[in-house]
Amino acid sequence: MSVYGDPRLNALERTWSDELDIRLTDTCLRDGSHHKRHQFTGEEVRSIIAALDAAGVPVLEVTHGDGLGGSSFNYGFSKTPEQELIKIAAETAQTAKIAFLMLPGVGTKDDIREAQDNGGSICRIATHCTEADTSQQHFALARERGLETVGFLMMSHTQPPEVLAKQARIMVDAGCQCVYVVDSAGALIMEGVGDRVSALVAEIGSEATVGFHGHENLDLGAANTVMAVRAGATQIDGSVRRFGAGAGNTPLDAFVGICDKLGWRTGVDFLKIIDASEDVVRPAMPEECRLDRMTMMMGYAGVYSSFLKHAGNAAERYGVSGARILAIAGEHKLIGGQEDQLIDIALELRAKQDAND
Amino acid sequence: MVSTGSTGGKLTAAIVGPGNIGTDLMYKLLRSDVIELRWMIGVDPDSPGLGRARDQGLEASHEGVDWLLKQDEPPDLIFEATSAYIHREYAPRYREAGIRAVDLTPAAVGPAVIPAVNGDEHAAADNVNMITCGGQATIPMVAAVSRATPVSYAEIVASVASLSAGPGTRQNIDEFTRTTAAGVETIGGAETGKAIIILNPAEPPMIMRDTIFCAVGPEVYDEGQDAISESVHRMVAAVQDYVPGYRLLQDPQYDAPSAATRGQTKVSIFIEVEGAGDFLPPYSGNLDIMTAAATRAGEGMVRA
Repeated sequence: MSVYGDPRLNALERTWSDELDIRLTDTCLRDGSHHKRHQFTGEEVRSIIAALDAAGVPVLEVTHGDGLGGSSFNYGFSKTPEQELIKIAAETAQTAKIAFLMLPGVGTKDDIREAQDNGGSICRIATHCTEADTSQQHFALARERGLETVGFLMMSHTQPPEVLAKQARIMVDAGCQCVYVVDSAGALIMEGVGDRVSALVAEIGSEATVGFHGHENLDLGAANTVMAVRAGATQIDGSVRRFGAGAGNTPLDAFVGICDKLGWRTGVDFLKIIDASEDVVRPAMPEECRLDRMTMMMGYAGVYSSFLKHAGNAAERYGVSGARILAIAGEHKLIGGQEDQLIDIALELRAKQDAND
Repeated sequence: MVSTGSTGGKLTAAIVGPGNIGTDLMYKLLRSDVIELRWMIGVDPDSPGLGRARDQGLEASHEGVDWLLKQDEPPDLIFEATSAYIHREYAPRYREAGIRAVDLTPAAVGPAVIPAVNGDEHAAADNVNMITCGGQATIPMVAAVSRATPVSYAEIVASVASLSAGPGTRQNIDEFTRTTAAGVETIGGAETGKAIIILNPAEPPMIMRDTIFCAVGPEVYDEGQDAISESVHRMVAAVQDYVPGYRLLQDPQYDAPSAATRGQTKVSIFIEVEGAGDFLPPYSGNLDIMTAAATRAGEGMVRA
């Protein structure tokens, strides 16, 4: 029973075209912000939005990697204010809707209002997957203002399907129209995804849709996403060319090809999106997102993907192993947002190293 | 201030709100040399907090503030451990009755107080507010840096155990970030403040952990580090005087000015707050620092 009004609020109402079996969201310009160290320029955003919109991607997410208000010492300062980037994106997109992300505890309702004023129309609210009740006031505001809503249960690998389903229920009762199983650490493996998505579909399926957001840290982004769709997920996140956090996100360009082969309608033109990937997205990337010692450790130890660059910085600053920092972050059960503690871990490793010298 | 209800030089006090915070506060106030805690006030006859108060020899009532104000000899001090909504409603009545208040809710009726920073400034106020747990833990560090050198920007990251964050915090998380950020500016002395809160569900529960980042002048990197570090160590000792579990985890860290620090010297301070375990478990240092700070603030008011 909702404490925020009409419990029938979300009697399932499809928020997108019947022509599509799956609705895709590209997150190059949000999760990719981590890989870019939050240094996007207005021109890069304009060209990527134009290319992905023309290829038919229906939803494009634009925000600082850590959501609205993420520009900070802790997560890295934005080169261009995110609200300016959201405005540019909304002005550039002809068909696609512009989504933005917010994390309760980092951003506030004021940031949501401003993003909507700048042309954002889908409000995605992310909490750690046991803390859904911190999002209620934000969902209430978003629905009141006519925004479409999406909820993110981050670090979903840490909880069993039944716990996630209960948390999804809290979000839906607060006004969320689609809840995502978010594999922030790229730590879920195949059935682990399917079981979680199925549990959410069983709990909220008559009132809201279910989504999946995958990462590549153990090289399973696309395969896990196929599992998610087979289990009933109808909204899917990815990043063209994997341009995202950790080893990158589910490659949206490849996934469009996979959907074509499986006969799932996405509305995206495969030839156009692979051209956009090569000609427009790649030039904006500092380097390709790849599997290496650090990113595989994130999947293996279950570490939040956006810790990658911060662990790398701390490792360099204090002369310790970045992979070891990540492994300890996993042991300490750090969650999204606790980037500050990576410095602390690096200092402890340094002290141990000095004691042994 | 001349007190009417004091006995043996002590001021009498009541706690309104017999929940977890009120109960933890009770154990701290019972140890005070200058406050005589007499009453615990609630609204639910079955409240275990009222029962615990009776066990400690307090007069406990479930008939609310109305009952308390009808007593022949009302308290000198009320510690409010209810909600912002309730405190806003009752604060004027406390004032009319000549009762001073230490407010542990986010109501912010009176000036915000961090005992180690500005406790003396508001010792004569008739109502003081304890800001937020994150504010009590981090603002002293911002103030310590500000005392050594101007701070153009300060940002605090408070991580607390999920179990220690009640429904009030959860449903009003924006209030936490806004109130704390404002305190970082007005009491911490930063030109601009920002606050981030993280609720971590790890088992066993994590001890409250805070990071404070300050942007100070580029020249400070070469010539001002020692002054800042000394000021930080002094402030840690001042907070430890009333929160024994307040600890600096590392020496303050200094990053040279760069594009990533927007041309400023970046100061990073890492602290941990372990609770005294009076009633609440030791990991919830975030709650302990609130009740410890409220106790200290109340004692300061008595002395004023």
